[in-house]
Amino acid sequence: MFTFALRRFLIAIPTLLIISLAIFLLLEAAPGDPLGDVPLTVPPDVKEKMRAALGLDSPWFVRYFLWLKQFFWVEPLNLVDYIFGTDYAQGMQRVISFQSRQPVMQIIAQRVPQTLTVVGMSYLIGVSIALPIGIYSAYRQYSWFDQIGTLVSMIGFSVPTFFSGVVLIIVFGVKLQWFPSIYDTMHQVTDWESFLKQVRQMAMPVMVLSLYNAAQISRFMRSSMLDNLNQDYVRTARAKGLTETVVLLVHVLRNSLIPVVTVIALGVPTIFGGAIITEQVFKVNGLGQQLITSIHSNDMPMVMTLTFIFAILIVTFNLIADLLYGILDPRIRYD
Amino acid sequence: MKLKTALLGAAATLVFAPAAYAERGSDGEVKIIYWQAVSTLNPYLSSGTKDVETASLVIEPLAGFDENGVVIPRLVTEIPTVENGGVSADLTSITWRIKPGLVWSDGTPVTAHDAVFTANYCMDPAGGCAQLARYEGIKSVEALDDLTVKITYNEPRPNPYTAFVGATSPLLQAAQFANCVGAAASSCTEQNFAPVGTGPFVVTEFRTNDVVQMEANPNYRDAAKPAFAKVTVKGGGEAAAAARAVMETGEFDYAWNTQISPEVQGQMATGGKGEFIYAFGTLVERIEMNMTDPSPSLPEGERATAAHPHPILSDIRVRTALSKAIDRDVLVEVGYGNAGRATCNLVPAPAAFASDNTDCLVQDVEGAKALLTEAGWVPGPDGVRVKDGMRLKLLYQTSVNAVRQDFQSIIKQWWNDIGVEVELKAIDAGVYFGGDAGSPDTFQKFYADVEMYANNFDGTDPEPYLAHYTCEKAPSPATQWQGENVNRYCDPAYDALVVELGRTGEMDKRAELARRMNDMLTKDTMTIVPLVDRGRLSARSLSLGGVVLNTWDSELWNVSDWYRVK
Repeated sequence: MFTFALRRFLIAIPTLLIISLAIFLLLEAAPGDPLGDVPLTVPPDVKEKMRAALGLDSPWFVRYFLWLKQFFWVEPLNLVDYIFGTDYAQGMQRVISFQSRQPVMQIIAQRVPQTLTVVGMSYLIGVSIALPIGIYSAYRQYSWFDQIGTLVSMIGFSVPTFFSGVVLIIVFGVKLQWFPSIYDTMHQVTDWESFLKQVRQMAMPVMVLSLYNAAQISRFMRSSMLDNLNQDYVRTARAKGLTETVVLLVHVLRNSLIPVVTVIALGVPTIFGGAIITEQVFKVNGLGQQLITSIHSNDMPMVMTLTFIFAILIVTFNLIADLLYGILDPRIRYD
Repeated sequence: MKLKTALLGAAATLVFAPAAYAERGSDGEVKIIYWQAVSTLNPYLSSGTKDVETASLVIEPLAGFDENGVVIPRLVTEIPTVENGGVSADLTSITWRIKPGLVWSDGTPVTAHDAVFTANYCMDPAGGCAQLARYEGIKSVEALDDLTVKITYNEPRPNPYTAFVGATSPLLQAAQFANCVGAAASSCTEQNFAPVGTGPFVVTEFRTNDVVQMEANPNYRDAAKPAFAKVTVKGGGEAAAAARAVMETGEFDYAWNTQISPEVQGQMATGGKGEFIYAFGTLVERIEMNMTDPSPSLPEGERATAAHPHPILSDIRVRTALSKAIDRDVLVEVGYGNAGRATCNLVPAPAAFASDNTDCLVQDVEGAKALLTEAGWVPGPDGVRVKDGMRLKLLYQTSVNAVRQDFQSIIKQWWNDIGVEVELKAIDAGVYFGGDAGSPDTFQKFYADVEMYANNFDGTDPEPYLAHYTCEKAPSPATQWQGENVNRYCDPAYDALVVELGRTGEMDKRAELARRMNDMLTKDTMTIVPLVDRGRLSARSLSLGGVVLNTWDSELWNVSDWYRVK
């Protein structure tokens, strides 16, 4: 198990390096220009100087290696400085956003909380709704519960969030005025009242996202349960005289969870990726919103760093999912 | 005597009445939404309107523009002119006098040295200053004493109100930015996000691309202002959502640039919580004619250059016919509603500079057809006109934008009606305006027959704008496809007028010259076919008072006068 984990970890390093190069080259080849948003009233020679000040006049490989150095050396040093109060990174150029000239990592740190509370919460709620629904739908296949579950998950799966989000805003924000249509990122929870306000402003984005997540995961759960319910070992368990609860929740569930766990684990990085559209619709301004505004303004260091962090997360959670297999199913061993 | 006393008393009550309830910070919080989120509060590092305008709450220039485009003093005692001796008779220098006793929000005095520092900060070659154009042609900026700044230009400057005038060139505090000059400008995150200023508010929290919070500046020069104790500027989402937050849910007091379709505007106006406000500046949506041949059959390097005149559009009758076929009022109705008006002018404002050119406002389909026939283009079997075996076919490009695509399809229909075949092309705005010399799709390269976009000029003086259309400013391979004269219009008489305008100081003569140049580009040659004068459209809550929309300066220019309607 350990050697397996180690081997996977070592393979991850060249994988990530190749990914970083691929992202960089894609961004480089993509049309658009970081100064594309500059108004036409700015003369071309001024634009040229602005371009040089952003370091865009050097060749691509120089900029790539500079980014590698900044990401793998300067940024960790800054983190060390931040934690231990040292000053190793003094005077070193960090990864700076073109748009705001703020170090990219600071922006990310500022935005992770919003994304985690809203998108993370919706994932949590989505999963905790989806599992029971999936289990019960499979157990009572083709019952009215299963039919309704199928219908709801089809809706959740096929209605895009930019539509359901706006519908919710118009119904609950504009007509009923129950929930605010704009998320207040500066809101601090200090007492009961401010907590309720936080709940109110999270209600709509969380609703939209959990519906989507629940729809997806409940379908996986249901089909995985169905696969197992018809197996011989289930009949044996029942023949032994075990109660339905034990058969279902111990024998069948444990086996059915294996593929579902992969799906859930692989979904975790997308939490950090934020929900680009939902964040934009509700003005949550987390990582997803940052990514999309940065893409719009061709803020290359920001896009590069964010996508690369997502890549790291995806690789990591793939590894975690693989290791979880071994724990859930003792038959699976990697040695 | 009694009457006089009574009148004086009445006048005094009138004057003091607003002051009685206008007390600094008495009206709580004002919430503003900029759907393009604010990235930085240093306008010298970003040319984005959202950044410049939000920064204008904190840092101010020496002088600004009012809603009529008139230069007004902000940090100075008066506007220097030739008459009061502030501008030298030969127009090469201008001297500003800072108000005595003026302090920064941290309590230290504002001096002429801050102005000198600001100019040097922007003019530093390594800084990449986004507002360098405001400081162009400056020979020196010097502090004659603590409160007097003198700017000397390389050559006579008929319009000396560029440096330190308007929200795009505010004063930075020398003490705060001392270590941020040149290449260090980018690393000064703390300073860029919370500049010390003289404006009505100071930054308390800044989250880039998300939200800015400010509170009233305790050292603001008017003790009774601002009426609001706090400002929140939230960003994110899109124009319709921002408008909704003001017009329908009432969560915000002011929404910037709520450009949405007239139909949606009408629906939102029934919300009863706010109103749309609009004002007109110099932004004109126009069709530009390519005077050179963009045909792909020409070798690269010669394609779309002056070496090959356009085979169809070189004939003024064709250009005029294309303009005549357009009904501009329909375009306004479809695209902008109240926030747009039909125009035939490249320079629609200020009033003195706007030509009385209105010939194009009436659609004349028959006239257009007659002109094309006269030019030798006769209808072919499929309705498309032909001449010497060549079809009258045009490629019409613009950027991706819902209104522009509507315009494209409507105009295509009109042009089809007069026998012109039109192919449409929409290019991503980032590429179209990106100026990348390697891309075939930039508006400067203009590998199409006609193209549409909007442009305006900074401030109230159209001289630099009109100077774009000289022969030497045509983009070409030699200039790496940079240059503003995208039509490749070239007329020595026009170039001579540009030189003359640069030498003329007298306002009336300048206006007359500008009008003549505008007419040369529009009605005389139809090189540029203006369509719509696009106003600025924003939304304010009915409970927010004192808002005056200004298109010449920051939209938040008079935020110190805003108050809560009770």
